[in-house]
Amino acid sequence: MAVLRPFDKLPTLNSGILLLVGPDEALQQRLSETILQEKRDFNINVHLATSLPLPPERDHLRPRIDLIVFMIDIKSKYSLKKVECSLAHVDASFFLGKVCFLVTGVGRVNACSVEMNAVCKLGEAYCSPVLFCELELEDTRVATAQRLVRMLRICAGHIPGVSALSFVSLMRKSDDD
Amino acid sequence: APEDGAVRTLPSLRRLSRALPFGRSHGRLGVSSSGRLIVPAPSSQEKADPQKTAFLLRKAWTLYSVTPLYRFRRGRLRDYARLLGAFIAAEKQKGLAVEVGVELDIKVALSSLADLRGSELDQDALLVQLSSRSQASSKNSEDKVVWSGWFCSVFGDDLSENVPEHFTCLPLFLTHGAESYTSLVGSWFQKTFDCCFRRLAISPLNLSWMVAMWAGCKLDRAASAVELVFSVPRLAQPLDISYAIHPEDAKALWDTVQKTPGEITQEEVDVFMDCLYAHFHRHFKIHLSAAKLVKVSTGIASAQCDGIVKILHSQYLPGVLMLLTELAISQIQ
Repeated sequence: MAVLRPFDKLPTLNSGILLLVGPDEALQQRLSETILQEKRDFNINVHLATSLPLPPERDHLRPRIDLIVFMIDIKSKYSLKKVECSLAHVDASFFLGKVCFLVTGVGRVNACSVEMNAVCKLGEAYCSPVLFCELELEDTRVATAQRLVRMLRICAGHIPGVSALSFVSLMRKSDDD
Repeated sequence: APEDGAVRTLPSLRRLSRALPFGRSHGRLGVSSSGRLIVPAPSSQEKADPQKTAFLLRKAWTLYSVTPLYRFRRGRLRDYARLLGAFIAAEKQKGLAVEVGVELDIKVALSSLADLRGSELDQDALLVQLSSRSQASSKNSEDKVVWSGWFCSVFGDDLSENVPEHFTCLPLFLTHGAESYTSLVGSWFQKTFDCCFRRLAISPLNLSWMVAMWAGCKLDRAASAVELVFSVPRLAQPLDISYAIHPEDAKALWDTVQKTPGEITQEEVDVFMDCLYAHFHRHFKIHLSAAKLVKVSTGIASAQCDGIVKILHSQYLPGVLMLLTELAISQIQ
């Protein structure tokens, strides 16, 4: 099964499963450690991948994924290319609020190799939020981890009355009203 | 345009968009909307006297962005030169040694360069030269220029249009010479005209625009190779990769990519760079797109990410200055 689908497995009890996709393994490791240090009342599993598709051999052992975070490093065009290639291996129904793009390295605007318009267009094309952060600094790394944990709770269905579809309605620009 | 809405609502996004010099959403001379750059044709010889601007070529200039100067008067250049000379002498008296061991008498000269402008709104460039006459040498010996710096604005209409009265816009400052003189001259200008200097950094994105534009320029005689230098991050020992391309091959590649002559889009620059990266990957299995582009050099000019440029060809001088002016303006705003 090469394509990731959001509802093809049963959910894990009292858990949220996060998948981080991006070519920078060291950065993923740091972010996942910060996420796991967050205080919470449910289990969080963080899966790391440099690209999709995930290896099929272990598919039956993998739990259902609640939120996919694609990590794009503003300093590396290669990360944007890898993420764009990985998007093809995600089922369309995932893009109803269960995917977000995380743009890292924005603290160093002078090292920018990726054009911002391209990233924003990607977010618009896939109807998913684009978050900007700087993971090298501890404060913003912790803040980003908190945001992702909150999103994960909603995507895993732990908040009654709020589903992942709410993220999609928040994507509308304010001057569309 | 819908992009404007996004830029207004997300402050971080706006700052990032500003980092791109050539993607402004509003139209201006040279840049239409949606990130197209319209390149000015190489200057014809009647307008610019090549002799006057020859001293600019083949020198490594360090770039700064300058905020508009308050109450700068073109007619008072001699007075300013005198004041700046006195300031430098006073600082030397205070013990801020500029040259160790050598007693140098510094003479300051300020002059206007009318040839280095683009549009009607641009101010004439301002040249500052520090020359020295060693006390040991004879009275008739020539002064040696020890430091030069010049302020200019080429198609800097974006800034000039919106500036209030009494302000002079010369957003680009280029220096050649000892750093100690640069900081002396800079602090005098800051005190006298209430302006602010900042070192101009050039991002890898801007460097890739430059190499695409300059590699595509026509040069009549044999040009040097197009070279890109990358630095590989996060290794135990820093590694630099230098990628040299024959200038004719680079121009041929750019000609197949560019659709409208005289106009360049972000997509075309991306395709050009992707071809170069793919070629390198095919041979060496290294993804240059994951490394940081730190220096580009072509037969026209070379530029480094820490804000040092060298211009080699007088014909394309206005085009290069226009790019650098745009970078300086986006750093100021």
